[in-house]
Amino acid sequence: MSHPVAAPLIELKNVRFGYGERVVLDGLDLSVPRGQILAVMGGSGNGKTSLLGLLGGRNVAWAGSVHVDGQDVGRLNGPGLYALRRRMGMLFQFGALFTDLSVFDNIAFPYREQTNLPEPVIRDLVLMKLEAVGLRGAAQSMPSQLSGGMARRVALARAIALDPMLMLYDEPFTGLDPISAGIIGRLIRRLNDAFGMTSLIVTHDVNETLRIADRIVLVSDGRIVRDMTPAEVRVSDDIFIRQFADGLPDGPVPFHYPAPAYGRQLLGGASGSGGADA
Amino acid sequence: MLDLLDRLGAVTLGALARLGLATLFFGAVFARTWRGLKRGALLVREIHFSGVRSLAIILVSGLFVGMVLAVQGYEVLQRFGSADALGSLVALSLVRELGPVVTALLFAGRAGSAVTAEIGLMRATEQLAAMDMMAVDPISRVVVPRFMGALVSLPILAVIFSSAGVIGAYLVGVELIGIDAGAFWSQMRASVDFRLDVLNGLFKALVFGLAVGLISVFEGYHAAPTAEGVSSATTRTVVISSLSVLTLDFILTVLMFRGLN
Ligand SMILES: Nc1ncnc2c1ncn2[C@@H]1O[C@H](COP(=O)(O)OP(=O)(O)O)[C@@H](O)[C@H]1O
Ligand SMILES: [Mg+2]
Repeated sequence: MSHPVAAPLIELKNVRFGYGERVVLDGLDLSVPRGQILAVMGGSGNGKTSLLGLLGGRNVAWAGSVHVDGQDVGRLNGPGLYALRRRMGMLFQFGALFTDLSVFDNIAFPYREQTNLPEPVIRDLVLMKLEAVGLRGAAQSMPSQLSGGMARRVALARAIALDPMLMLYDEPFTGLDPISAGIIGRLIRRLNDAFGMTSLIVTHDVNETLRIADRIVLVSDGRIVRDMTPAEVRVSDDIFIRQFADGLPDGPVPFHYPAPAYGRQLLGGASGSGGADA
Repeated sequence: MLDLLDRLGAVTLGALARLGLATLFFGAVFARTWRGLKRGALLVREIHFSGVRSLAIILVSGLFVGMVLAVQGYEVLQRFGSADALGSLVALSLVRELGPVVTALLFAGRAGSAVTAEIGLMRATEQLAAMDMMAVDPISRVVVPRFMGALVSLPILAVIFSSAGVIGAYLVGVELIGIDAGAFWSQMRASVDFRLDVLNGLFKALVFGLAVGLISVFEGYHAAPTAEGVSSATTRTVVISSLSVLTLDFILTVLMFRGLN
């Protein structure tokens, strides 16, 4: 490999990004060493999915730099970007399985599109990946026949098909029962270690995160505000951490979306009262 | 008044922005069409989904349109004592106009809307994003085959529609009303010109296939990623396709038959 093992796989420096007028990330610094599982936590709308988009090259930073395996993601052209993405896997929030293909064909998809392997070899590889997520028996099912947890595992098998160096997970536990979430969590840890990957998990599931992550960072106001290990999180009395870990409704992260003064709006003075003033 | 102008301005700007988006998108589609053509299996699948599945509605509609044409045409022609010309009237109406136009309208409702819904749902459920992250270009893999499917299917369906229409007219005109079968066919053969009528009709169908295909994939690809977004995109496909087909038909007809008389 051209980079020393010590060089971090992911390196974001002073990243600024948003949509239209709206700034979502501002002054974000983050570095992830190889082999680690990093959990990115933060409330909804804090730009966690946008951050994954920056790493995958689907979003381009307004300022600052995004490096993955030494490559400046924002500067890559089409083929260069696709070459990098072939070494990345991404698990989308709801799996994003191809609904017109069977489980088997979903996992065969990356092999058929990206390699010239003969069909019998592809078959063995697909069955191996399915076995790794415990769903070899579901190969002939259609995605619509799977439970949420199973669909997520199939999507995971598809994401690791080409043995990526980096796995990106967008809220892998959301909408799952605790048992399914536990299964996914253990799979993430096992695959990361077995295949020598690096993983970045965007999540707000504190329990699972504390169990599997090597490091946890907290995003708020567009930047990283805390960076700790699970052990540190458990004993911390930091108000930011406690609000997250204990699920307190209000704290440094406000419960209320910014709004005009309540009393004034009720009395009809302020705008934003919808159709009433039409 | 100012408010009205304001709104008019906003609508115009919105329409222009969408037109720009469409132009860029069509450019991207055409740039990948050649590469897409090499994936024969994908194309065959889309021709099956769009074309073969529209077959029943096209056959039945063609048959009925032909039967109605025979009834109406006979009613007018026999007043002038030229009921024998029924074959040529029916065939010319079908080959020049009704075949391509009605087929395109039906195709937009049957297949175009389905293509929009399918691609829109893939967008809403992040299947297109997932594909892109797997380094597979969604325009080459998803959009081009569906567009090509429409382009190839529509002319074939138009021919089938016209043929079914002629058979329908034969059943009503000859079998039911009792026009001489020999006159029916010979009049038809004598009046339909291959280049002027058949090729022009096919060309129209090809242009309509291009329009309906592009509109269907564009609306799906750029649908808002929500349930309402997909459903309104589907409606837009049918409305915009229908209006485009009728407008294009007028323009093409004027260009093709100008200066002939
Ligand atoms: N494609 C987009 N266009 C405009 N705004 C967006 C888009 N995607 C996300 N946003 C906005 O950016 C903010 C951050 O979104 P996101 O990265 O999805 O946050 P998270 O994943 O932490 O919930 C949100 O306020 C969201 O509304
Ligand atoms: Mg998100």
